[in-house]
Amino acid sequence: MRDSTLIVAGMATLSAGTYAFRLSGRTLRQRVTFPPRAQQLLEAGAVVMLAALVATTALIKGHGFAGFARPAGVLVGGVLAWRKAPFLVVVVAAAGTTAVLRLLGVP
Amino acid sequence: MSSINRTLPGGVRRDIALTCLAVWFIGLSYGAIAVASGFPLWVPAAQSVLVLAGASEFLFIGIIAAGGSPLAAALAGLLVNARHLPYSLALPDVTGRGWRRLLGTHVMNDESVVFALAQDDLAGQRAAYWACGLGVLACWPSGAILGALIGGFVRDTNAFGLDAMFPAVILALIVPALRDRVMLRAAAVGAAVALAAAPFLPAGLPVLLALAAVGGTIRGRARR
Repeated sequence: MRDSTLIVAGMATLSAGTYAFRLSGRTLRQRVTFPPRAQQLLEAGAVVMLAALVATTALIKGHGFAGFARPAGVLVGGVLAWRKAPFLVVVVAAAGTTAVLRLLGVP
Repeated sequence: MSSINRTLPGGVRRDIALTCLAVWFIGLSYGAIAVASGFPLWVPAAQSVLVLAGASEFLFIGIIAAGGSPLAAALAGLLVNARHLPYSLALPDVTGRGWRRLLGTHVMNDESVVFALAQDDLAGQRAAYWACGLGVLACWPSGAILGALIGGFVRDTNAFGLDAMFPAVILALIVPALRDRVMLRAAAVGAAVALAAAPFLPAGLPVLLALAAVGGTIRGRARR
């Protein structure tokens, strides 16, 4: 069903590229001074992308609505994280809320 | 490890251990989700060792499972991992030389960078970086492989709410950054754009579109 050659190519691209990112900052720093603005933009861009990732993975399945149970669990986790609950509590509460809602018949 | 014991206070060592435990736990869900999405065990196993960056691996698996091409999935993962470049710019010389530097570069991740930057002197930064980096290198793949083995037996991982785990984890990681109001607004706009685009665009693209849409917002702050 899936072409594993393509998947291996994708994995190689992702792992090699990620290693290059990890390596290049140091190499760059030895040669040029990186403006702090560019650093800020990169970091802010990462946060925005991750936020969009949270929203889409919480609410979307395929091209439609994922149902209420999943976003409700994520919301509970988010509120706990905002109130500085420990990481593990956040994760378990999110999964637990979604699991209990599904047990109760919420899609 | 003896040098780690000497240089790091007990509280920091405990926090690093707890963080690695959490990473192991997320690794479990990662392996289980990958197998539940139809991937063979070797995919999450190899990814967890070779990429060693959770969010991008989840995204990679998610895009392919949603019908996207593996190359598009890799590019989306690379965009998420581009933050390692500012990380390596910000880090002091914690990796050492020779083969240590090769390995030390690979174990650069959100957690090891955060712990390294929180220490006062270079010796402490080195110890924290390596302790957390190696801890994640041990926990993430072992969790992923065990999760993939368990996931093979579990019919419906969604019944345990595992699908809510990934967004919750990412959300928990970005919450500190979201306490900045401008950042929060930019993230909200980005999330809204991605959600609006998701029904129409192939997986992976809505997240990138979010980035383009908020470029203006953040530039606005920098100029002010």
